[in-house]
Amino acid sequence: MPYLTSEYGNPSGAHRMARNANKALDESREVMAETLGAQPGEIVFTGGGTEADNMAVFGTLQARPGRLVCSAVEHHAVLEPVELVGGSIVPVERSGRVKLDALVEALGPDVSLVSIMLANNETGVIQPLADIAALVREHAPNALLHTDAVQAFSWLDVADIGSVADLVSVSAHKFGGTQGVGVLVVRGSANVSARTIGGGQERGRRSGTQNVAGIVAMAAAASEMVSNREHEIKRVSALRDHLLDGVLSTVPGSIETSPRRAKTANIAHLCFEDIESESLLFLLERAEVYASAAASCSSGAMEPSHVLGAMGLSRTLGFGSLRLSLGYTTAEVDIEAALAAIPAAVNQLRASADGRHG
Amino acid sequence: MVVMADILVALSGGVDSTVAAALLVEEGHNVTGVTLKLWGGETDSGCCSVSDVEDARRVAQQLGIDHHVFNFGDDFDRHVVEPYVADYAAGRVPNPCIECNRHIKFDKLFRRADALGFDLIATGHHAQVRRRADGVYHIGRGADPAKDQSYVLHMLAQDQIRRLRLPVGAFTKDHVRELAGELGLRTANKPDSQDVCFIERTPGRGEKGRLVFLGERIPIRSATIVDQAGTVVGSAPSIELVTVGQRKGLDLGGAAERRYVIDIDHDAAIVTVGSFEDTLTRQTEVPDLVWTAGPVTGELIVQCSAHGARKPARVEAAKPTTVLWDEPHQRVAVGQSVVLYVEDEVVGGGIAG
Repeated sequence: MPYLTSEYGNPSGAHRMARNANKALDESREVMAETLGAQPGEIVFTGGGTEADNMAVFGTLQARPGRLVCSAVEHHAVLEPVELVGGSIVPVERSGRVKLDALVEALGPDVSLVSIMLANNETGVIQPLADIAALVREHAPNALLHTDAVQAFSWLDVADIGSVADLVSVSAHKFGGTQGVGVLVVRGSANVSARTIGGGQERGRRSGTQNVAGIVAMAAAASEMVSNREHEIKRVSALRDHLLDGVLSTVPGSIETSPRRAKTANIAHLCFEDIESESLLFLLERAEVYASAAASCSSGAMEPSHVLGAMGLSRTLGFGSLRLSLGYTTAEVDIEAALAAIPAAVNQLRASADGRHG
Repeated sequence: MVVMADILVALSGGVDSTVAAALLVEEGHNVTGVTLKLWGGETDSGCCSVSDVEDARRVAQQLGIDHHVFNFGDDFDRHVVEPYVADYAAGRVPNPCIECNRHIKFDKLFRRADALGFDLIATGHHAQVRRRADGVYHIGRGADPAKDQSYVLHMLAQDQIRRLRLPVGAFTKDHVRELAGELGLRTANKPDSQDVCFIERTPGRGEKGRLVFLGERIPIRSATIVDQAGTVVGSAPSIELVTVGQRKGLDLGGAAERRYVIDIDHDAAIVTVGSFEDTLTRQTEVPDLVWTAGPVTGELIVQCSAHGARKPARVEAAKPTTVLWDEPHQRVAVGQSVVLYVEDEVVGGGIAG
């Protein structure tokens, strides 16, 4: 990666080295535009998905004051900003999909932004974005539609599905890039105020010297990911189904949180009765199976999932949740390892006094 | 020779527990650190705050051990915070550290450790695990008299003490800090924790903080103070926070002689004051008194608060839940733990009724 070594020019400069960096940025911008179904001028490079989401929410609010609307299962990067400014939170069905009648109720001419994620980061549940867009255009004609596609990009054709949204967030580390780099697509028709002001980079929408190496890596990863996506969806969903079927058939009291056909190919999400996720994750880690439950707070403690809560799962069942994420590096052997480790761990916990809540 | 064991060390983020972990690593054990998330939001400055977790995590990194965070917040609410508030509302004086030890550290965490396959649990308490020749275990006082925490561990039973390690109990606090400094641990100069951990973040320490905390949860009633003849002699801001034997903090309008709380009518919010002699009693009831390893009928040393006075007493077989003081003793507030020692070892205890 020359941009970490010899080609260290600042892309905003005027000399040859700067131009080399700027060329790399422009090429990356074109790649991201193509993979995201946007024009190069609509790509705003950010420091990751959270910054992109925050920019969508606060930048829209500043450019066009009004009420904000989002779903109850949004990532905290959307949910917290919307809650902070007193926005409307739309409930979801037990399946995790947004309640469309409740969405219509929340819409109105005073709404300036509707933010509904494309796929959920915990459960992988996909939202019907086209239906949502149609409702937003009809019932909130002054609103921009933002979709957080951070979780979706590797598993859905965001260039196509996301085309109904005015603003789209993605994050590089979800598709093979590095942490700390992302994109907010801002369609030409949308006007979003800058959140960082200064040197006027990114057409004044996001000042600050760009992370050239990270952006170049992100574009390379996006290009690779998109060309393999169809194949990977088939391959990974077969692995995921094998994993889920294996666990469900060997572990009594295991529940698939939401139907797998309604979610992205990479996520297996389960709840185990009478199990605490913290213990399960601990034992799985010892077996070198690295999984997750809900979101972690900044102390590192597991917090009850707001997503599962919004879906109406009991707090007790939510405390026994397990999220197994697969990816392009996941192979059959990994699934077999998980299929050996998970029942063993659950059995060990159930055999002990602490298996049950108390 | 030390047999290597899988040990789960409870790391609060303070100097004692981090040094405890370091000592066990040095002995060659397979050590895992865990910090319990018990209370508060992410900016909480009290126990289990983000900065405490960061300290614990960083020390674990330096020691080369795994570090985990367990969220026992629901259990802590149910077993410590809610009873704490309910006790004050009912006119009892709770000791939340003891309830946390009873229900969280030495029950919930022990069960979790068992489920995960650990052999032993260690904490940074200043107390000592003693095994007598007959195989019976006891909790002994910590080597540093000013820091001794045997009082708050009095409820531990044989199967808990047997699986417990208290590596810093044999050292003074100064020595523990020195060890932390030698190891380059960032906790070396961290101040000792104060007061009730879940109240530390509210404005004002001590009684003021407690009043704010309780006031957010239960109605606080002002108290009328009367003398033994029933004449009103003063008032107190909260009947909930008045304790038997209390002298300070009573507004008695500059009465000449020292007067002490000798009776509290919680329902009527009336406090009766009298002389020091009026606070004295020959016996204290401990309805749930439990012995560590069977009743002791001989001379006991009894302590009624974390660093309170140590007074001689005995418990007779005929009255198995009554502590009989050798000398008249100030009455013990209902809810306080009464801990029984023989020499410097805990032999039993319970809550004053």
